[in-house]
Amino acid sequence: MRIVIKNGRVIDPAQNIDATTNVYLSRGRILEIANQAPEGFTADQEIDATDKWILPGLVDLQARLSDPGSNYAGSIATETKAAVAGGITSICCPPDTSPVNDTQAVTELIQRRARQAATAFVMPIGALTQELNGERLSNSYSLKQAGCVALSQANQPIQNALTLKNALEYVATLDIPVMLRCEDEKLKNNGIAHSGPISSRLGLPEIPPSAETAALARDLVLVEESGVKAHFSQISCSRSVEMIAEAKKRGLPVTCDVAIHQLILSEMDTMTFNSLYRVSPPLRSMDDKAALIMGVKTGIIDAIVSDHSPLEKDSKLLPYGESVPGMSSFETLLALLVKLVQENHLDLSTAIRAVTQNPANIIACNTGSLEAGNSADLCIFDPNIIWTLDAQNMVSEGKNSPFTGWEFIGQVEQTFFQGRPVFRNNPV
Amino acid sequence: MSGRLVARNIQLNELGKLEHFLTLEGLKAHHLTEILDTAESFINPQTNEIRKLPLLRGKSIMNLFFEPSTRTRTTFEIAEKRLSADIESLDIQTSATKKGESLLDTLWNLQAMQADMFVIRHAESGAAHFFAKHVAPHVHVMNAGDGQHAHPTQAMLDMYTIRKHKGDIFDLKVAIVGDVLHSRVVRSQIQALSILEAREIRVIGPKTLMPSDPAAMGVHVYHNIEEGLEGVDVIIMVRLQNERMKSALIPSEKEFFKLYGLTEERLALAKPDAIVMHPGPINRGVEIDSAVADGSQSVILEQVTYGIAVRMAVMAILISNAAQLAQHKAEQESQLQIEGLDSEQDETEKMEDEK
Repeated sequence: MRIVIKNGRVIDPAQNIDATTNVYLSRGRILEIANQAPEGFTADQEIDATDKWILPGLVDLQARLSDPGSNYAGSIATETKAAVAGGITSICCPPDTSPVNDTQAVTELIQRRARQAATAFVMPIGALTQELNGERLSNSYSLKQAGCVALSQANQPIQNALTLKNALEYVATLDIPVMLRCEDEKLKNNGIAHSGPISSRLGLPEIPPSAETAALARDLVLVEESGVKAHFSQISCSRSVEMIAEAKKRGLPVTCDVAIHQLILSEMDTMTFNSLYRVSPPLRSMDDKAALIMGVKTGIIDAIVSDHSPLEKDSKLLPYGESVPGMSSFETLLALLVKLVQENHLDLSTAIRAVTQNPANIIACNTGSLEAGNSADLCIFDPNIIWTLDAQNMVSEGKNSPFTGWEFIGQVEQTFFQGRPVFRNNPV
Repeated sequence: MSGRLVARNIQLNELGKLEHFLTLEGLKAHHLTEILDTAESFINPQTNEIRKLPLLRGKSIMNLFFEPSTRTRTTFEIAEKRLSADIESLDIQTSATKKGESLLDTLWNLQAMQADMFVIRHAESGAAHFFAKHVAPHVHVMNAGDGQHAHPTQAMLDMYTIRKHKGDIFDLKVAIVGDVLHSRVVRSQIQALSILEAREIRVIGPKTLMPSDPAAMGVHVYHNIEEGLEGVDVIIMVRLQNERMKSALIPSEKEFFKLYGLTEERLALAKPDAIVMHPGPINRGVEIDSAVADGSQSVILEQVTYGIAVRMAVMAILISNAAQLAQHKAEQESQLQIEGLDSEQDETEKMEDEK
C-alpha cells in the first residue's frame, strides 16, 4: 500500500522540519518527505492535508492501559483506540498491572494483546522490584530481553534507600533506563492535596513539596553514585525543576517528564472538592505550574506525558479523599498542548518535541520522527477546528476527564499506525 | 483558564437562600445573622429554656454518622425533636459501605425512605459537599462535621455565645489557641468571624499544628501565647487530641500546657472582660487550667444549650427556604400562564382587527 499525504505542514522536530510538503508512505514505513514523488512511486491513495499539520505519532512515556487486570477501566484494545484518537501511537505502560509486570510472561502477554489490537505500539515498562514491593529485585535482564523499554516502580517508589541503591547499581550495567517517581511516603503522610492556601482552607490533608523534593534529592545522589541512566517521572514542584537543572549541569545522565495536567491546572481547581481533579502527585501552586512550563520551554523537562489513568465511574463517585487519583487523558494531551502554544506559553516545535523526539530518545526507540525508514506512525491534525469536549463521548473507557466543557481549537483528524489508518475523526 | 464557569455555591438556592448547610465559606453576613436571630427567638429569655415548636412536623430527618460522635449527635437529635420532626439515626461504618454497596447507593436507599434532610458526619473533608451534589433536589444536607474541613453548626453556636456576651461581633479581637491544622471547628469559626467582620482573628499554636498557609484563612499567626492574648476580647481554646503526640507533632501534654495552656496569669493579658470558650470536651491541665475553665470568665457550659437552638434554627431556615422557593416558582408559573393568556387574547384581538 502506497500512500501520499499532500500539502500538509509537516512538523518533525527530530529532523528540524517545519514546512509545507508531502509525506510518502510505502509498506507501512515512511518513504520520504519531499515536494516531488520519489521515482517510480505511484500512490494507491492520496490524502489532501492542505491547511493541516502532519505530525509524527506522539510518544507517551506514561499511560495506563488497564491490562492485564488492574483497577483501571478499559483494556489494551479499547485504550489504544483512545490513544490514536489523541494522535498517540507509541505508549509506555507502567508495571502496576495485575499481575504486576515483573516477569517475562506478563511482558509478553501485554505485547501479544497489543499485537492483536494492532492499533498502537505498546512498550511495557518492567517492575524494578518483584511485585513492586520495594524489597527484592526483579529479573531485570530478563525483562529487558522480553522487550521492556525501561524499569520503574510505577507510583510505588522504593522507600528503603539501600534497596534503591542496590537496584540502581544492578541495573546500571544492563543498559536500560530506570524511571523514578519521587515521593517520600512518610512526608506524604497520607496527604491528599498540595499544601497551600486551598488545603489550608478546605482542611485537606497536605502533601508538602518536600515529599517530592526530599526523595528527588536522595535519588539524584544514588543515581550519581550508580551511574544508571535515570528518568524522573511526573515531577510537580518548581524546586524539582531546579534540582534537575543542576544535575544536568553537572553532567548526570538524567531526564524528566511532567504530566500535561500540571501545565494546565493548579491547586485552585480543587476548590470545589471535584474528585475529577484528584491526581498523584497533586495539582500544585500557580508558581509551580509556571516553573514547570518554563522547565519545558528551557528543555530541563524533556518530555510531557499524558499520565492516562482511565477509571471506572465509581472510582470518582466518592468524597474527594476517598476517590481514586487519575485522569483519562489520552484524548486531551495534544489539544491541551496546542492550547499552551496558542496561549504563548510554549512554541510549537518545543511542544511537539516534548511528545515525540525527546520521549523516543529517552527509551531509545525509533519512533517519534518521520525519518525515512521509520514505521509510518503519524497523525494529521486540523488546527482550525473548534470543538468542545464532552468526556462522555471520549473513546476511552475512562470518562474521568475534568475538561468537559472546555473549548479547544485544533483536533486530530486522522491517525496512521504502521501505514494503516487507525483513527478518523467524524466531526459531529 | 478560559472556558470555565464559576461554580454556583451549591448550598444556596436560586433565590440566594440556604438550601444546604455545608460550610460558612461563601455565605454573607445576612445568612449568619438570620441563623443567630432565629436561634434567639427559640430561647425563652427569662428561663433560657428552648421552646418546642411544630415547624418540622411531618418532616423526616436522618442523622448519618460515618464517624462516631455522642455530643454533636445528641444535640442534633434534641434539636430535631424540639422541632417535632420524625428522626432516624444511623451509625454507618465506612468500611462496611466499602465492602458492599457504594456510599451513594447507601445514600439513595435512605433517600428512598422519604428523607427530607440528612445530617451527615464523615471523616473525609468535602464529604458533605459530595452528598449535597448527589441528593434529590428536595432533600437538604446539613454538615455535622466533615474531616478537617468544616463544622458550621458548632461555629454558629460559638458566634451565638460571643454575640450573647459581647453584643456585636464586629470590632472584636478573637484569639483561637491550639490545633488549627486538624480542626474543622476552627476553620468554620475563622470563616464565621471573617464574615461577621471581627476586627482581628489570631491563631496561636506551634508550627506543627498550623496549616501550611494560615494567611489564606485571613488570620494572624502567633507562636507565643503571651503576645497572642494581648488585648483580646474572646479566647477560644481548642481541644488537643492524643494522636498528635503519637505523630510527633508535639512532645507531651505537659509541655503543651507550659507553652500554650490557658492559665489565670495568661488570661490576665486579655481584656478584663474577655470571655473564654471551648467547644469541649475539655482536657483540664492540657489546654486549660481548671481554675480558668470553672472561672467567672468561662462560658463553656452555656455553649451546649445554644448548640441546640442554633441547630434548630438552621433546620427551620432550610425547610422554610424550600417552602418559599416552591411558592416563588408557583407564582412565576401562574404569572407565565396569565401572560400566556394575555398574549393569546392579544392575538385573537389582532386577528379580529385584521378581519
